[in-house]
Amino acid sequence: MNGFDLSAILNNPEYISMLLHGIEMTFIIYIGSWTLAMTLAILLLALRVSPLRIGEPIVAAYVSYHRNVPTLVQLMLWYFGIFTLMPQGLSDWLANNNAEAIFAVIGLGLCQAAYFSEDLRSGLRSVSPGQMEAAQALGHGYASAMRFVIMPQGVRNALPPLINHSVSLFKNSSLAIVIGAPELTHAVKEIENISFRTFEVYMIGTVTYLFFSLIIMGIGAYIAMRADPARRARA
Amino acid sequence: MIQDFITIIQDYWLLLLIGQYPNGPLGGLANTLILSALAIAFAFPVSILMALARLSKWWFLRWPMTALVYVTRGVPLLMLILWCYFVIPLWTGADVPSFLIMLVTLVIYQGAFLSEVVRAGIVSLGQGQMDAARALGHGYMGAMRFVILPQALYNMIPSMISTFVSTIKDTTLGYVINVPDLTFAASQVNNQLLTQPFQVFLILAVVYYILCWSLTYVANSVERRIARRRAGPRNARLPAEAAPLKTITEQL
Repeated sequence: MNGFDLSAILNNPEYISMLLHGIEMTFIIYIGSWTLAMTLAILLLALRVSPLRIGEPIVAAYVSYHRNVPTLVQLMLWYFGIFTLMPQGLSDWLANNNAEAIFAVIGLGLCQAAYFSEDLRSGLRSVSPGQMEAAQALGHGYASAMRFVIMPQGVRNALPPLINHSVSLFKNSSLAIVIGAPELTHAVKEIENISFRTFEVYMIGTVTYLFFSLIIMGIGAYIAMRADPARRARA
Repeated sequence: MIQDFITIIQDYWLLLLIGQYPNGPLGGLANTLILSALAIAFAFPVSILMALARLSKWWFLRWPMTALVYVTRGVPLLMLILWCYFVIPLWTGADVPSFLIMLVTLVIYQGAFLSEVVRAGIVSLGQGQMDAARALGHGYMGAMRFVILPQALYNMIPSMISTFVSTIKDTTLGYVINVPDLTFAASQVNNQLLTQPFQVFLILAVVYYILCWSLTYVANSVERRIARRRAGPRNARLPAEAAPLKTITEQL
């Protein structure tokens, strides 16, 4: 093995295009599963606060399953298990359309929805019930009190855990390598197999993950800062 | 379908429980539990040292630790495992079993996350405790050992248990470097059966669910007890919501 030489990787257009494809796929998986997770989380939350009595236990079971089973096992169950149980036409279509990435999005998204909905719920619960009464006393209906009084405070309270979990979701997108989705870790492993420059390519992969994680943390900190009423009043 | 599950469990329960133990390395559920218990046992003292280093007044202790914690928080565990898998045999020059590599990775990873919990526990006690201990004649070490850490660590017990749960979930990643744990045993079963992947992986999920759910249950009841004790005898009947502990854990 030769000495440490980053340029051996960075000056090779083939490796660079593999890395860029990996990063692109990581972001497709990340953004796809984040969107799925947030949409589902809001639906779960709505089901939980709704007067339907059946909603509460269903959501509780959903959250409990997804928080107590390792994400990796959930992905394996989706890709190795449920994939094979699907009807022929559907599984053929999936196999032709990058099934690995689709199942990574589904698996990670469903799992993350449980965390997001718990974050939102604890954020909403920390808003005192007096706020709702006060809003209704001022003439707001339920919906408009939710919209203008409860939700803004609740979401603001939920921001720190939401940001943390958004970063974890980004890191967890690396788990998709286990089901063979061609994301960044996959690209790193592949380049390692071709070039044998393990140290350099791991370094590039690590720095890339760190860079984007820090950016997501930074965006989160910026949103939290913008949402801070004390700061907004001063501005 | 139900019959499939029963048959799989009847045929393979020993493999899932201890792997190929008498004839090969210990594996299965037993190995998962041993690995997580060892990881948390080592990560605990490491995390205390890391937290103390991060709160130290000396920059040469504080800065590298802060950097390490940020790197560990920003990099996927999988990447860290690959690093250790590559670097540890290179440095030691020996053929290190994947179990040990996974153990080292988990100690670093969970140590960094637990150190944040310890640090939060120490900071939340406030400067007054340290000042009072110093005024009573304790040195820095004595004050930490007899005054600060006992209080901080007691409040941390629930987060310790939830870290144990996330460590159990983290051990599944050892699958990537072929650590013979429960996930590995399940994929062995799957490779032998070939036709029933859904059944095998559902059983795997159920076992993990039972394990982690019961530990989470214990964590929650301990948390309630501690919250009650912290609230003092007058508020003994207050529910846990009165003083929710901030539990910082990494999900996986």
